[in-house]
Amino acid sequence: MTTPVKRDGEVGGGTPLLEARDLTVNHGQLRAVDAISLRVYPGEVYAMIGANGAGKSTLLRTIAGLHQPAAGAVLLDGQDLTRVRPERRARQGIALVPEGRRLFGSLSVEENLKVGTAYARKGPWTIDRVYETFTWMKDRRNQRTAQLSGGEQQTVAIGRALVANPRVLLLDELSLGLAPVIVQRIYGMLPQILATGLTVLLVEQDVSQALRVASRLQCLLEGRTTLEGTPADVTAEQVEAAYFGLTGAAAVLGEGSES
Amino acid sequence: MAWVNAIVQGVLTGGLYALFACGLSLMFGVMKVVNLAHGDLAVVAGYVGVGVITVTNIPVLWSVVIVVPVMAVIGYFLQRTLIQSALNRGVLTTLIVTLGLSMVIENALLQFFTANSRGIGAGMTLVTGSFSLGSQVELPYLLLVIFAVAVAVLLGLQWFLSRSSYGRLVRAVADDQEAAQLSGADYRHVFGIAAALALGTVALGGMAYSMYSTLDPTAGTDTILLFAFVAVVIGGLGSLWGTLVGGIVLGIAQQIGAQINISDELLAGYLVFLLVLVLRPQGLVSRRAQS
Amino acid sequence: MSVVTKAGPRPAESFLVTRSQRNVVWTGVGALIVVVVLALFPYLVYSGTTSLMVQGFIVLTLASMWNLLAGYAGLVSVGQQGFVGLGAYFVLIFALHGLSPFVALPIAAIACGVAALPLWWLVSRLRSGYFAIATWVLAATLMLFIERFNSLGGGTGLPVPGFTGMSPTLLTAYTYWIGLAVTVAALLAVYLLLRSRVGLVLTAIRDDEVAARSSGARVGLARLLVFVVAGIGCGAAGAVLAISQLQVQPSADFSVSWTAEMAFAVIIGGLGTIEGPIIGTVVYMVLQQTLASYNAWYLIILGLVAILVALFARRGLWGLVDEHLRVRLFPVGYWLRLAGDNDSSGRRG
Repeated sequence: MTTPVKRDGEVGGGTPLLEARDLTVNHGQLRAVDAISLRVYPGEVYAMIGANGAGKSTLLRTIAGLHQPAAGAVLLDGQDLTRVRPERRARQGIALVPEGRRLFGSLSVEENLKVGTAYARKGPWTIDRVYETFTWMKDRRNQRTAQLSGGEQQTVAIGRALVANPRVLLLDELSLGLAPVIVQRIYGMLPQILATGLTVLLVEQDVSQALRVASRLQCLLEGRTTLEGTPADVTAEQVEAAYFGLTGAAAVLGEGSES
Repeated sequence: MAWVNAIVQGVLTGGLYALFACGLSLMFGVMKVVNLAHGDLAVVAGYVGVGVITVTNIPVLWSVVIVVPVMAVIGYFLQRTLIQSALNRGVLTTLIVTLGLSMVIENALLQFFTANSRGIGAGMTLVTGSFSLGSQVELPYLLLVIFAVAVAVLLGLQWFLSRSSYGRLVRAVADDQEAAQLSGADYRHVFGIAAALALGTVALGGMAYSMYSTLDPTAGTDTILLFAFVAVVIGGLGSLWGTLVGGIVLGIAQQIGAQINISDELLAGYLVFLLVLVLRPQGLVSRRAQS
Repeated sequence: MSVVTKAGPRPAESFLVTRSQRNVVWTGVGALIVVVVLALFPYLVYSGTTSLMVQGFIVLTLASMWNLLAGYAGLVSVGQQGFVGLGAYFVLIFALHGLSPFVALPIAAIACGVAALPLWWLVSRLRSGYFAIATWVLAATLMLFIERFNSLGGGTGLPVPGFTGMSPTLLTAYTYWIGLAVTVAALLAVYLLLRSRVGLVLTAIRDDEVAARSSGARVGLARLLVFVVAGIGCGAAGAVLAISQLQVQPSADFSVSWTAEMAFAVIIGGLGTIEGPIIGTVVYMVLQQTLASYNAWYLIILGLVAILVALFARRGLWGLVDEHLRVRLFPVGYWLRLAGDNDSSGRRG
């Protein structure tokens, strides 16, 4: 990765663009997210990895405003958004591409993008630019999105978030239900997106994909942080141990490279 | 030839029923709410119209121009306050709250205006006059105008939903409320707009009904709500033009029933409704089967 | 620099699942005493009071049925007045053929249950709100259909035969007792139903329908059963109505105000509990009596109170009692006790 890597606690990095402080979220009696903290700096790609049910999507949705945390705070550029409604957070520059795409099925591709522009901020992304970036879209722009393939829907969902010209793009499980080659292609678009000044916080079950694009990462298990660092720092064994919650010998073996 | 006249009358009353029904269909399509007070609010509109005319003595059609927007605004606020609170607590609560609202409105009207029925425009040629087509077919001016208004309203709604940016938001929120929020839309405001449209159209229907027939406190449920619902189901859930088709079928069924036996008018309409429910539950206009 | 934290599973705890046994005995004895005392009323009070009680019995029966439908099966029906009228007219039909109306009552109730089957088939595919209005249309259709028959009194109604020769005191007493019997039977039926396996399905539906379905519960069948039982109950109430009024009248027997009364009694008393309808009926009758001279006002107030309760006190009056006293008169739930807990700290299921 060529983007500058900031480490937590490193001086000179300035304020993080997006910050979660000791965020705790409950689903009824289940603690889905347990005192998680993260800081995402401008221009970087921060990845949250972990198995199904680890709490990653809940965390992302809480940052977007769809869940209220039981404790903790969400800050955008230093501003506390914890009590702000999701639509206002979206207007302030947090754009979530939700798990499962969640396109407006009865609307066409272009209409979906137009909804994205309804409360958009000023910026480089327009519907035309989305058509240039995802070349197949223009020809199919009047097609109802319910008829598109999974990968096509995913790119429309990303496009819908982009045209709002957000400051932070939240990507929830892009790879879910898609063929690996499609996933590669979509993640391949990331540099183009970052080049326009966006910051990305993504959630992924596919660890190798996440390691390939992230500048920093965090692993969750049962709502708690089990690993933090950069792709360069962590070994495969450490990731495996953190992902699955392995203890004992495997964890000890993983304590290899400390820097 | 009396049968032909019956069918013609039935088709024309379909326009009135479409006005009753399109608001109900819209509210259900957008926010999954069945407003049991839907018809009663139409009656309120009618009474307000009567009041406005009595107090200000303006021409009847001008009262329509005043009442409809007022009811639309009331609809927006009713949605943002009462109905949204109920929606936040679930479907059951919403039904109970709107049922309660219906009872309160009907009994309040009964208490303040008595059970006597009222109408407007009794002396106007628009209301009483008609064309004659041949010796057996009468085309009442009022029904023709109501039918034309209904078609205009449906065209307007269709244009609004498919072409305007607000209409697009309404459709988006109807598809996926949460995703719309993520794109910056306040769905409560969009719901309010849908409710405003629903109440505006049903107020129009209520005013039309007070000219076509007479209003009494129970007409809201006995006539308007039930007919609106039947028209929606016959036409097909989720179809705007289906409300016109459903209204026409209901109207024809009622008129034919009246031809057979004058007291069978209502029963005939309901039997056709049951028939559609049995044979084609998704309605006449819907393309795919609903479950 | 990387951090590895161990996140192990929580230790397994042991649980105990029981039913409340102690309550049942006390409530059963109490209920028996109440019923016996009520049964003695015709000997103790004036006929004005017993007539009022009969009205109360009708509302209570209807309310417990509506509670079963809406509070447990998730079916909001605005058309139960159809069964009320049907029950009344079945009594009329049997009485016209020489049967004593009192004997006809149980038969009429069963007949309503049978009628409920095709009616369910007609409306069961509709979703909640549309289901509600569809039941209303069904009730209206039934009324219009019955009004066609002049032999049944057409649009104006007919007196119910079979009461001639009875002394007024005896008539009042028999009417009262059959009203009491119907109400007791209705409450008992609801209680037993909810304690049964069907009841478990229903409580699951009440709490979370999607979860209930996905766990394989026979939701559709449970709802059908409830609809039929409610049909029988409301039909029985309608039969009591016909007997207490000594006549049938389509507009009164099929009036939607029956739905308003039963719905509001349930809401105010507490939806989804067996005790709720009882309290709600009492409140309803008190309101009706005190405001009777104000015509439509009591319905306006009732409607407003119902709206407020639905929005702000979801579990009604009984819910407020339940929260503070943790008492169940009719225990149908299960208690979840953590191993080592004493009686009072178990978690209610």
